Amino acid sequence: MTDTSINTQSRSAETDAQFSDYFALLKPRVMTLVVFTAFVGLLAAPTPLHPFVGFCAILFIAIGGGASGALNMWWDADIDAVMKRTQRRPIPAGKVTGDEAFAIGIALSAFSVVFLGLATNWVAAGLLAFTIFFYVVIYTMWLKRWTPQNIVIGGAAGAFPPMIGWAAATGGVSVESVLMFCLTFMWTPPHFWALALFMRKDYDNADVPMLTVTHGRRATRNHILAYTVLLAILAVAAGFTSIGGPVYIATSLVLNAMFLRGAIRIWRRDEDMSEDDNFLAERKFFKLSLLYLFAHFGAILIEAGLDRFGVWA
Amino acid sequence: MSLSKQHELHERRFGRNVGVGLVLVGLIAIVFGLTVVKVTRGDYETPATQSVSQ
Repeated sequence: MTDTSINTQSRSAETDAQFSDYFALLKPRVMTLVVFTAFVGLLAAPTPLHPFVGFCAILFIAIGGGASGALNMWWDADIDAVMKRTQRRPIPAGKVTGDEAFAIGIALSAFSVVFLGLATNWVAAGLLAFTIFFYVVIYTMWLKRWTPQNIVIGGAAGAFPPMIGWAAATGGVSVESVLMFCLTFMWTPPHFWALALFMRKDYDNADVPMLTVTHGRRATRNHILAYTVLLAILAVAAGFTSIGGPVYIATSLVLNAMFLRGAIRIWRRDEDMSEDDNFLAERKFFKLSLLYLFAHFGAILIEAGLDRFGVWA
Repeated sequence: MSLSKQHELHERRFGRNVGVGLVLVGLIAIVFGLTVVKVTRGDYETPATQSVSQ
């Protein structure tokens, strides 16, 4: 006797996952940053890559980044359910189960690393594998719930894509790719701490040891200013290396002046002032930080293009 | 309970199935494209064969 009945009523139409829910596991917004910085790293490299191979390399790097996002959502489902900003993610919303997210994350991680290796080289594939490991194991599983420096060290994971793009083209690591890594690495703390200042209740409720929770909001404001100063020095100095040039230096000077101004404004304010205008300065600084990174990498891209067409030669 | 051809499940999962189908088509296109590029650029060359004469 056989029983092949299928339970088709286990989920209602409202909670049934659509394709977009699975796609949302890959954190598409973060993916845009990964795609753009990896693209810049790839094009800034001195070794040209076949356009189709280059396209595939960016795609596999994006898939690898997305896979680590899915694994992050699988591990952090408990935190995501508490935080307002993340409550609508597929797992806390009940659209996708944790097991599904885990399976998708692992499968896409393996797929992206192997295919990047086959399409380009194994240095790039190794860097991608390390990035996934760093983001999922070092940051998500270990640092995030343990130290208020989680953002600082964890930021390295988001800084690897330009290095992977560079490695995909050249087959190695060089000073230029390390500089692009440093730019994103130093940018991450002020970017996230500004977010933590105006999303304050979220991290308190989730019991994540963000700097705002463990060392107070005054200390966070001080840290934002300190990291912004260090970032400004690094960003402008990079303009005098081979990835920089007149366009980059001009862009960097303007943006760092604006970014420093924003950081000083945040540093001067106290909680009462921020409450009065609903954290306007902090929100503006956060938005500016997005423009800051895109403009810097955009300038590196322009410099690479100008170099290639022999404009500065 | 039998699964009829026009079961509600088919409608509910139509979008998901189309999405998975497109991803698979994309994968085929990428593997094919990479193969063409690699072979035409000579990245993969078959080892030289030697004729064995007695």
